[in-house]
Amino acid sequence: MKVIIIDDEPLAREIVKEYLKTIPGAELITECQDGFEGIKAIQQYQPDLIFLDIQMPKINGFEMLELIEAPPAVIFTTAFDEFAIKAFESNAVDYLLKPFSKERFEKAIQKYLQHQNSQQTQQVIEAAAQTPSQQNRVVVKDGNKIKIIPVNKIDYLEASDDYVKIVTAEGTFLKKRTMNFFEQSLSPYHFVRVHRSYIVNTQLITRIDPYEKDGHLLLLNTGAKLPVSKAGYAKLKEVLGI
Amino acid sequence: MANSILSDKRLRYFFAAWWLVWMLLQYIMLRQLNIDELHSVSDSIISNVLLAICCFFISNNMKYYLPRAEKYWYILVVSLTASFLWMLALQAAMWMIFPETDHYVQVIRTSWGIRFGAGYLLISSISMFSLLWYSQQEQKEMDKRKTESEKLSKDAELFKLRQQLQPHFLFNSLNSISALTGSHPDKARHMIQQLSDFFRGTLRKDEHQWNSLEEELKYLELYLEIEKVRFGHRLQTEINYIDEILSMKVPALLLQPVVENAIKFGLYDTTGDILIKLDATTEENNLKIVVENPFDPETSQPLKGTGFGLSSIRRRLFLLFARNDLLTIKKDKEIFMTTILIPQIDAIKTERVFVESNGKLES
Repeated sequence: MKVIIIDDEPLAREIVKEYLKTIPGAELITECQDGFEGIKAIQQYQPDLIFLDIQMPKINGFEMLELIEAPPAVIFTTAFDEFAIKAFESNAVDYLLKPFSKERFEKAIQKYLQHQNSQQTQQVIEAAAQTPSQQNRVVVKDGNKIKIIPVNKIDYLEASDDYVKIVTAEGTFLKKRTMNFFEQSLSPYHFVRVHRSYIVNTQLITRIDPYEKDGHLLLLNTGAKLPVSKAGYAKLKEVLGI
Repeated sequence: MANSILSDKRLRYFFAAWWLVWMLLQYIMLRQLNIDELHSVSDSIISNVLLAICCFFISNNMKYYLPRAEKYWYILVVSLTASFLWMLALQAAMWMIFPETDHYVQVIRTSWGIRFGAGYLLISSISMFSLLWYSQQEQKEMDKRKTESEKLSKDAELFKLRQQLQPHFLFNSLNSISALTGSHPDKARHMIQQLSDFFRGTLRKDEHQWNSLEEELKYLELYLEIEKVRFGHRLQTEINYIDEILSMKVPALLLQPVVENAIKFGLYDTTGDILIKLDATTEENNLKIVVENPFDPETSQPLKGTGFGLSSIRRRLFLLFARNDLLTIKKDKEIFMTTILIPQIDAIKTERVFVESNGKLES
């Protein structure tokens, strides 16, 4: 059983390391002090299980998981985070509340050995993405780099097969999510789904022109032109108060 | 219970003088109507003493029942009734004392209208005066209560703001201690002590609402040491000050949350090692504290993300000094600066400044 510990506090890693020593068959491959190191290590070593802290520099534990293609089994460790705990509870994923006892730690390992599925991890990631701390930014991969995009820097979102294209002044990024997900998690006054395939940052709209039969065409101050559906136009009218 | 009118010494003299003048006037008037000395004197004394008794009852009554604006007619009715009773009592008294003085009886009979009018005037003015007096007393009492309750809620709010529980800090520190117990029991014990001192500090009571900068910096060191155990080499700190300003006054537990905010911000917004800097200087009559932390200008939204930490400090400064301009923030490339000005006025004065400005806010 290959294990990786990801936590920004050295002593917090220390205690997991100590407890892990007595678990037969557990092999600690490496420890990481933030999500970036974590992503690299996971890709490099393909661990079976990771111990993951939530609050970490730059990107939190959930955001780190989002960026991994097939995340391994996770035991979350956290001191205090109401929203994270809610996300865990609603998805029956095991988590350790710091400080935790050796018995509790062993129980978590037992649970992992019995279930070993990463299905739940995926659900937790989805649930966690709805928490307030994660709603004001989107974390994406840009080649080998990781980019954190504050939502107010998003121009618009465009559906693209299994992905969503995130268009910003700095370029276009892809994220494996659905349009519905973004429609629900972004602030409804700031972002409006004007079309089946488009969600727009309302603060950038400069003009709305009639277009073809029932449709409209939206002009952003970046020069981009987006189609507006009939339903989208109704929503837009409501949000902009026109 | 409100103070009665006669509890005021100056008012007692004033009423005594008033009644003497009134008696004198009545005596003069009766003499002018050719009433003899004895009758004039006894008439003016008896009628005015009876009148004073009436007024006393009416006024005292208002101590217990104060009519509201819609019941002011009550005053008129009571005054009229009292004047009528007074007339009856006076007539009866005079008739009993001097049953057979013709000229006097004559005068009394023809002057009842004027007497009644004068009595009514006096009684109703005393009623009105009492009404004003007791209303004012009631108002004063209400104001006092209001100020008191405001002070209470202000104290409670300040206490709460100071005592902001830091669960994240607490549990992570406990976790560090848990890790140390295995490998370094001595360090674990040391950290337990530091943590205890830190939390004892947050529980200090109101009498120490103002501390010297020196005490506050000591407390801050305690906090920083704990944080350094948690974050290891990543966290470095630098505190600059000159000895002369160590005696300046700082609201208790104000600096620690500012630094805590800077640490959180610095540690979670960057991945490398961070330096937290605190500079204490003076500017005019203020103590000026500047706290610096690194941040990433590209990704951070400091005003949103660190909202709570700084807004509660701003609120505390407002409650203490009634000013909103004491906390300012500045971003300079990759350094985030929080500047706090702490006016150096002595504690008593500060208290008054607060109460006054609070009054203004209410109006």
